[in-house]
Amino acid sequence: MAPLAPKTGDPLFANVERVNAELFTLTYGAIVRQLLADLEEVEEVNKQLDLMGYNIGVRLIDEFLAKSNVSRCVDFKETADIIAKVGFKMFLGVTATVTNWNAEGTTCSLVLEDNPLVDFVELPDTCQGLHYCNILSGVLRGALEMVSMKTEITWVRDMLHGDDAYELQAKLVKQVPEEYPYKDDD
Amino acid sequence: MASTACFIIVSRNDIPIYEAEVGSAPKEEAAHQHQFILHAALDIVQDLAWTTSAMFLKAVERFNDLVVSVYVTAGHTRLMLLHDSRNEDGIKSFFQEVHELYIKILLNPLYLSGSRITSSHFDTKVRALARKYL
Repeated sequence: MAPLAPKTGDPLFANVERVNAELFTLTYGAIVRQLLADLEEVEEVNKQLDLMGYNIGVRLIDEFLAKSNVSRCVDFKETADIIAKVGFKMFLGVTATVTNWNAEGTTCSLVLEDNPLVDFVELPDTCQGLHYCNILSGVLRGALEMVSMKTEITWVRDMLHGDDAYELQAKLVKQVPEEYPYKDDD
Repeated sequence: MASTACFIIVSRNDIPIYEAEVGSAPKEEAAHQHQFILHAALDIVQDLAWTTSAMFLKAVERFNDLVVSVYVTAGHTRLMLLHDSRNEDGIKSFFQEVHELYIKILLNPLYLSGSRITSSHFDTKVRALARKYL
């Protein structure tokens, strides 16, 4: 009998391969630092991080679905819950909370209290517009696009800019129906 | 208890990356003099650092009634303190705690090693530590 889909990510987190947190943080820091040195424009770096995140997300969703065994989500609300509790826990080791649902249920906020990517980081004055964790928004966008949901993910609150938590706003733009790659009539 | 003290951090290339007057009664000309004394002590520190494997070199030089104490980190960054107190254990603990703060700055990927430390957070913490230990 297939194992039941987990409601929290803790058992999954215990089973996946883990890497040293400091190595992860410092590697990500080195990536951001190199991007800043190569591209020099903060906006360009933000875009590039988002693009990198997108590429990661389209591949990450397969691993997530394979390891976590969740069933098909009924609506966007359930999707957001699964991302916050299972997804984040499995890949980053932290859980997010879902808040701020709008009336139609298409926009919500994912709030992260702590974020392993930003340990020890302080933004210097030259990079004030930088969204340091922009890779996360790309990852979510890429992953959701592969399961037929077009979304827009933006940063509402950022601890490196002085706020008290990290808040991502996920807006569902539309549900794209599955398209078959070949036509039946030919 | 009025105590004058001047604290600077000098990188391995002999560039000062952080300066702070942490005494409770600093005077204008005295501030310049303090920095001059600390820079002059760098040569002595250079020789002394290679003779011992300890990080805390105690008092390396005296000037009038002021004493220069130095703490050398593994990356050859020198934390130098000019002071008139005799509390050696306090100074050693001060150096160790500033060293930990310095390590956290180093771990910031957006910090270029050897550049000036501009973080106001670091500055506030160092001054608080100075008040606590000196």
